[in-house]
Amino acid sequence: MITVSNLSFQYTPQVSIRFPDFTVAKGESCLLLGESGSGKTTLLHLMGGLLRKYNGSITLDGTELSTLSEIKLDQFRGQHIGFVFQKNHLITALSVEKNLALSPYLAGLPIDSSRIDETLSGLGLAEKRKSYVTQLSQGQAQRVAIARAVLNKPSIIFADEPTSALDDKNCDRVITLLMEVARKNGASLVVATHDQRLKDKIAKQIRLNEVSK
Amino acid sequence: MSLITLVWNYLKARPLNTAINIALLSLGIAVITILLLFNKQLEQKITENARGIDLVVGAKGSPLQLILCNIFHIDYPTGNINLAEAEKIAKNRMVKKAIPLALGDSYKAYRIIGTSRLYADLYKAELASGDWWSSDLDVTIGANVAEIAQLKLNDTFASAHGLLDGGHAHNEHQYVVKGILKRSNTVLDNLILTNVVSVWEMHEEGEAHDEEGHHDHAIDSTILPSPLIPSIPAGDSTKEITSMLIQYRSPMGAIQLPRFVNAQSSMQAASPAFETARLFSIMGVGVDILMGFAYVLIVISGLSIFIALYNSLKERRYDLAIMRSMGASRTRLFISIVMEGGLLTFIGSVVGLLIGHGFLMLLATLVEETKRAGITGLVFYPEEWIILVGSLFLGKVCSLIPAVQAYRTDISKILAGN
Repeated sequence: MITVSNLSFQYTPQVSIRFPDFTVAKGESCLLLGESGSGKTTLLHLMGGLLRKYNGSITLDGTELSTLSEIKLDQFRGQHIGFVFQKNHLITALSVEKNLALSPYLAGLPIDSSRIDETLSGLGLAEKRKSYVTQLSQGQAQRVAIARAVLNKPSIIFADEPTSALDDKNCDRVITLLMEVARKNGASLVVATHDQRLKDKIAKQIRLNEVSK
Repeated sequence: MSLITLVWNYLKARPLNTAINIALLSLGIAVITILLLFNKQLEQKITENARGIDLVVGAKGSPLQLILCNIFHIDYPTGNINLAEAEKIAKNRMVKKAIPLALGDSYKAYRIIGTSRLYADLYKAELASGDWWSSDLDVTIGANVAEIAQLKLNDTFASAHGLLDGGHAHNEHQYVVKGILKRSNTVLDNLILTNVVSVWEMHEEGEAHDEEGHHDHAIDSTILPSPLIPSIPAGDSTKEITSMLIQYRSPMGAIQLPRFVNAQSSMQAASPAFETARLFSIMGVGVDILMGFAYVLIVISGLSIFIALYNSLKERRYDLAIMRSMGASRTRLFISIVMEGGLLTFIGSVVGLLIGHGFLMLLATLVEETKRAGITGLVFYPEEWIILVGSLFLGKVCSLIPAVQAYRTDISKILAGN
């Protein structure tokens, strides 16, 4: 459950941005649309607690983010939120398995090996468990990133341009997967994108305007 | 999964970088370890061997040579001194103990010393088997002599002139091994001990000396026995010894006796403490240069670790931001980078310590001189903890700036800046 109201963010003393009010219910999927520069990523980072010091209110699962200290916010993010980025940004020094194990470890949760198995096979990656990230194709790497995002069973998944680097076939596959794992885990899904191919996939859409001065 | 696995995997992901950093540091640490072990053991041996000897009186010449020859037995004698003259010094009231030494021969490069039991007592020598030498041509041998020259009880051997193996052999007389000493880790381990008379007897061969039975050293009760060699009468001005080791009765001796010897006789007196200190200051230059070289290596390795971490951090900006997005706190990232530097230097210093000890062990088995000097790679000094802790500290210092950068990572900016 995400509630945004009266939200604005000051980039510099001169430049600020206002966001529309909206709510995303538990288990609901939602598309965040807008041209590049419209503040999609900023909004996503604000909601994900990667950016702090906003005006207005953001509550996730009933918690107002601005009330959390930085360390509490880190913890909250680790335990409640899963991120998928445009480039998959897996840690190349680690194997697929260890990349996944890092997620509960950093969130301060117990590492459940069977959950890693289950998540990997759910995404058709069972045999890649021991592989190194550099040995994966881009589509496989993106699926590993999705697996990592859902491993801790977060209540919210934020995806920032998850499909814009992919071809039509993989685009289709990734968005379907994202919606499917979100539904399976009962998580709210927010996808920020300017990818026109996604417009027909998710009904609920929030449109952002240009940065207001 | 843990922070250490993460750090270890990062190190493994750049094997060449990691290897060169470890190699650089371990070389520096190895040089320091070798110098430390070598110097410490040498110093220890020297003080152990010179313990209880306040003054060496011998023929005029280099005082350092006098000490090297008569205490450490690694140089040639400066010449002989007259026994009667030596006795005069031995009877001085400032002298507590005077031990005669008669050198000249060796067996398989192990020096034969004609002396008194006081000499063995000086090093608190104990018998491993057999007995002390009692009559002429009896010898009691050190542990290394027994082991390396392979002499057993009741073996007989002929001595050779000089210190080198293969000198002119005194074949007419055979020494008999009567006892073997326990290892004392002093110079005694490498010596063959006998009485002074036996050494004289060796060198009287060939002279117009006959084989008329064995010398009878019974003393006429009217003549005082020599204070140095009780089996002969005092004041025999025809006999000579190589030197005399002296222990003072009081610290006053240190002031008066050397001056007395040097001024009043044809002999010279040398202080082991003074001469070894001089020796160390001469050797010290070489050691200092090597040490300096080792420190340069360590500083370079520190720089190299710093550069490696700094560069890898640029490539890892996304990794760090991703880890933050997964719930890692700033402090955790800071710790992980410091741990990476610490782990590198820790491995480097452990490898360096192992190389250092290994090198000395190899040296002790391959080079006989090292073994004879009693230097081994199997001793550990508390200073090695300082090396270990110091290198961990070095790791922390080198990783501090990169770690602060990791701490300051602006996650939003990095993740948005595709």
